[in-house]
Amino acid sequence: MTGNSPQELVERALQASTADGCVVLVDASTSANLRWANNTLTTNGMMQGSEVTVISTVDGGQGVASSALTRSASTVEEVQALVEAADAAAREAGPAEDAAPLIEGGDDPTWDDEPASTSITVFDTFAPALGEAFGRARSDDRLLYGYVEHTVGTVYLGSSSGLRRRHAQPTGHVGITGKSGDLTRSAWVGQSTRDFSDVDALGLDSELERRLGWAKETVALPADRYDTILPPAAVADLLIYAYWTSAARDAYEGQTVYSKTGGGTRVGERLAKAGVNVYSDPAYPGLQCTPFVTAAASSSVSSVFDNGLALEHTDWIHDGTLTSLAQTRHSAELTGLPVTPAIDNLVMKVDGASGSIDDLIAGVERGLLLTCLWYIREVDPQTLLLTGLTRDGVYLVENGEVTGAVNNFRFNESPIDLLERFTAVAQTEASFSREWGDYFPRTATPALRVPDFNMSTVSQAL
Amino acid sequence: MPHDIDASFLAIPLRRLADAALQRARDFNVEHADFRLERLRSQSIRLRDGALEGSHDGEDLGFAVRVILDGTWGFAASVELSAEAAIRTTEEAIRVAQVSSAISSERIELAPEPVYDDVRWMSAYSIDPLSVPLSDKVERLADWSHRLLGHETVSHVSAALQQVVENKFYADLAGTVTTQQRVRLQPDLTAHGTDEATGRFDSMRTIAPPVGRGWEYLVDGRDWDRELEEIPDLLAEKLAAKSVDAGVLDLVVDPSNLWLVIHESIGHATELDRALGYEANYAGTSFATWDQLGTLTYGSPVMHVTGDRTVEHGLSTIGYDDEGVQSQSWDIIKDGVLVGYQLDRRMAQMQGLGRSNGCAFADSPGHIPIQRMANVSLQPAENGPSTEDLIGQVEDGLYVVGDRSWSIDMQRFNFQFTGQRFFRIRQGKLEGQVRDVAYQSSTTDFWGSMEAVGGPETWVLGGAFNCGKAQPGQVAPVSHGCPSALFRGVRILNTQAEAGR
Repeated sequence: MTGNSPQELVERALQASTADGCVVLVDASTSANLRWANNTLTTNGMMQGSEVTVISTVDGGQGVASSALTRSASTVEEVQALVEAADAAAREAGPAEDAAPLIEGGDDPTWDDEPASTSITVFDTFAPALGEAFGRARSDDRLLYGYVEHTVGTVYLGSSSGLRRRHAQPTGHVGITGKSGDLTRSAWVGQSTRDFSDVDALGLDSELERRLGWAKETVALPADRYDTILPPAAVADLLIYAYWTSAARDAYEGQTVYSKTGGGTRVGERLAKAGVNVYSDPAYPGLQCTPFVTAAASSSVSSVFDNGLALEHTDWIHDGTLTSLAQTRHSAELTGLPVTPAIDNLVMKVDGASGSIDDLIAGVERGLLLTCLWYIREVDPQTLLLTGLTRDGVYLVENGEVTGAVNNFRFNESPIDLLERFTAVAQTEASFSREWGDYFPRTATPALRVPDFNMSTVSQAL
Repeated sequence: MPHDIDASFLAIPLRRLADAALQRARDFNVEHADFRLERLRSQSIRLRDGALEGSHDGEDLGFAVRVILDGTWGFAASVELSAEAAIRTTEEAIRVAQVSSAISSERIELAPEPVYDDVRWMSAYSIDPLSVPLSDKVERLADWSHRLLGHETVSHVSAALQQVVENKFYADLAGTVTTQQRVRLQPDLTAHGTDEATGRFDSMRTIAPPVGRGWEYLVDGRDWDRELEEIPDLLAEKLAAKSVDAGVLDLVVDPSNLWLVIHESIGHATELDRALGYEANYAGTSFATWDQLGTLTYGSPVMHVTGDRTVEHGLSTIGYDDEGVQSQSWDIIKDGVLVGYQLDRRMAQMQGLGRSNGCAFADSPGHIPIQRMANVSLQPAENGPSTEDLIGQVEDGLYVVGDRSWSIDMQRFNFQFTGQRFFRIRQGKLEGQVRDVAYQSSTTDFWGSMEAVGGPETWVLGGAFNCGKAQPGQVAPVSHGCPSALFRGVRILNTQAEAGR
């Protein structure tokens, strides 16, 4: 017995549904990974999945109710059972607050295409190079730890309102931590990729070697506010969190940094320096992502009724002003703002920015250069004060050059405040967040210089 | 316990699929092979101001084959429940092992474990939460939400309920076959309010822990009426409270907050895979290194910490782990000294520890088992003091209740926590709440400053559904029991000052 095609699962599910409305999402995915530590492979895997979500809607007279059920399923029989359960659940449910007509439309030109896929062979070039890097590390008394993953998911969305949408999403990333043999020095490199053709294992290893070299000189510094350069990865670490807390309804109901004192949201208010732009765009080169809403459940940032809604370039902050928050059609009505659903990538660009992180370093008389941030958690939602740690390399910059490494720190900072306080910015480049990249890998951010970054306490972690 | 394992799970041809996979693995002369089939059924419900915001039912069903071929792991997973797919997936696992062998320099061997031939295990619960109609659950959460909304301080209420019924079937080449079922749920209610005069907003959440119990937990498993009645007043008091002065204060930490400190600073720090560097690129390592086993002074002499996968209603509790090891309990810290780690079979063998203590866990059929956290718990003092007695021993301090924000470094030294509510203690008496509080310390300093632990009547089993670890990321449920405890001289931060306000 082999599974049915995703298109067949969608069509048969829609035929089987006896509800007033039905949306079917089939997510066919394959994923391969390698993980290593102490210069040897530790775990690995090849996974294949097929997940089907059925959303049934029923007009019960007092309003439209909905249900949302997701199961691992790859055969018509399994999907028919799922539809039956979804229809029954919708009939049992009370009216849904976010009820709205299902999105209408036709077939994507790629609808009939098979799911895209990957296999363990995606690492055919990377794995031998990694083996070579292990050898280099062993002979140089260094240790390598890391992970590569390549996942290709293809989503098929069909609805009783005629929509047939398909999107194939390749997602990959690599992260490598390098340590000196005595474990006193640590460095990290990471990057996002669509297909691993642009991942150079030996090049990444060389960068680790360079950074571990910087750390041969160490300086102990106390907690203080420091002139600090955040590389694109660290900016992504902070900005992703600010994006994830941008639900319009939460802001409207007085629960986030985007809430206006006295009621309503801060949309229209200047939050950041002039020239700061934060946006998402499903067509952004290199960061392409699903160009329509896929919602397996309703929440403050998603509505099952919005499935299939087209996504396009959306400015969250434009020229320093908060322009949009993450919306469903329901929350947009509630807040009186345009329908701007969340999108699966994030870009920050500052007007007039030029040069690279090296140019920022060259401008610093005495300050810190970070690698990435870690264990970021919200301390105060009203200011969006976040706490977290510096990780795997805090470097001392003196007279425009890296002169050594410094101990790690715990920081307490708000990303929203940083967008106002930074004094220098580099060009935007593709970035990979250490903290959130495994879950949100598609970001492009610049390096930022912040003159007074709050390093609250010293961490002894190496 | 009136239950048996769910008939629809037993109706899956578990043995036939396992036999197909294991026989194919045998053909390749593997040293080890195991077949694990899992079904995770879940439901999440969210309400906002008493109205259903969204509900979602999930079912993750699939299987995985893990082999050791020539000393190298190979792992593959599938969702297609057929003998052909089981064979194909085994071949895939073999291929993954072959690709991996060139870059693997450590030979994988597993610690021995007795064979358990066809054993079954069920967790302790009365009512399967997924058998309760959605409308009943929504009605209960809506009623609770409206009770909170009835208070003038409360402007909005969010409510959520997560429920999971987990089935695991495991079979290996040695002959162990286990079939298990466990249930867990997590209710949360949060009241939001704003101080009109200052524009400050804040929230107050229930401190009811997530538990390995069924729907009965929401019916009569706790004094819900009292907890719901207190929340609006606690929120009102917090909104009107004075901002804390940063400095150094003594703390009495309630179990509703202390469980999370245990989780972060002891639970993760005593995972042997972290101590050996396997998480160095992601979750991090540990200051509690292998060479310090038996000698590291972790905390004060009143500190006794155990690991177990056996406590009733524990979220990590199970009969057999995902490598067929029977669950156990053991000491991790005794008289303040590190004496044990959490293990899986591979690490137990590698470090010459004999048998694994059964901490292998995979969060889904598609993920490889790794060492995950046992219920790591701080033991109370026999005839120890009550929480009031502990507060009575403090001249100038804070009583900390409920968890909120948490963060700790990658070696588990420096941490910073906030809470749901902080009460000022002066001359042994509670004096109402202060706000904007975070406490910050380093693990051995903090546990070294623990002067007293409360008696058994203060002990509560707390925990979380969402402990994250590993790449690819895996999420595990875990409980932590603890008494109230007294800590001297802890650094207190003012979070407004930290934000530069």
